[in-house]
Amino acid sequence: MVLADDIRQLSAQLAQDPHSLVFLRLGELLRQRRQFDVAQRVALNGLERHPHLADAHDLLARIQADRHDYEHAFDEWDMTLRIAPGHTGALKGLAFLYFKVGDLGQAETHLREAKQYDPDDPAVDQALAMVRGGTPAPAGDAAPAAPASPGAAAEPLPEERIFAGLEGAQEGLLLLDGAGRVLGGALRSADGQDATQAVAAYLAGVSQEAGRTAKLLHLGGWVGLSAEGPQGNIHLAAPTGDALLLVVRDRSVPMGRLAVIAQRAALIARRWLERQA
Amino acid sequence: MSASGYESALSRITGVRGVRGAMLVSVSDGLVVAEQLMEGIKGAAVAALAASLATRLGRAMEAGGVGGGVFWHLQAERGALLVVPARAGLLVVAVADPGVNAGLVRLELLRAAESVA
Repeated sequence: MVLADDIRQLSAQLAQDPHSLVFLRLGELLRQRRQFDVAQRVALNGLERHPHLADAHDLLARIQADRHDYEHAFDEWDMTLRIAPGHTGALKGLAFLYFKVGDLGQAETHLREAKQYDPDDPAVDQALAMVRGGTPAPAGDAAPAAPASPGAAAEPLPEERIFAGLEGAQEGLLLLDGAGRVLGGALRSADGQDATQAVAAYLAGVSQEAGRTAKLLHLGGWVGLSAEGPQGNIHLAAPTGDALLLVVRDRSVPMGRLAVIAQRAALIARRWLERQA
Repeated sequence: MSASGYESALSRITGVRGVRGAMLVSVSDGLVVAEQLMEGIKGAAVAALAASLATRLGRAMEAGGVGGGVFWHLQAERGALLVVPARAGLLVVAVADPGVNAGLVRLELLRAAESVA
């Protein structure tokens, strides 16, 4: 009841003064009550007026994380840190996302950084203990994986480890090395069969052929290859000179949006590949 | 279809601002059937690579459950290659500047693919 009263009071204050920072408290209370639509609207309205306010991006990220919209939550916490590099809320938030997808190393790095800025936060200590202990994520979430061994790059990895935070990371993303070997991700055909290896085999050499074609036409390096099919669209990108990234979506995802998703995935894949080198 | 019919189909594509050339390619052997290309573009070599790329991509798309390609677009730093398969084992291919209106080229390629069938 107290919470509802607070929400009413803060809403009234915000109506009186739309530039007020009370939207931060209001959005947080709405989030706690799991009124995510209203909370997100409050956060977005606040961000329109205060686009460089780190706490506003952090609020929006928390709401999106609660909605399991991890891609956008990742972006917002990333933005928070650009504005305020020591923002512990964002550091904890990113640690949470990395932990959820099993990247314990990144989770610990972010938590240790958070501890530097806020050494007395007990939540950071608890989270660090959980990460160091390798406690599994809650049921239904991606299980943390063991740290990659030196030879791990040759083995297919769970796609969510590479594509953490991306929209649709559980489906339709495939990362191949120059020889067409699967580094991460998986694909299923229309009848639900695993099509990963077949697609990988056909795509082996596409990167070189696209490169040769572009060179022959004096077009410079190739940056992307989109294709439209009757049941879906695909986009290929080259995160590095050798690797090839394939993103597949149904036709409801327009080609332009697919290219944006693919470029973002390629950036993440490139960082991951660089870490493996 | 007559040679003038092919020329007419290709002219509509090269009429789009930013398109440097267009051609019809046989998928099975990668040979040029008809072309309207700006000077300096090696039509025969591009045709062979475009046909090979289309075949690989088509197989991958079939295996991935999205069906055979109906349009594909290779984006490069200084231009693009846009392709639509036509019936009778042909590809309609356009070479374009990087800033070309790809949507418009796609429409003209689809129209040309219809007309050459």
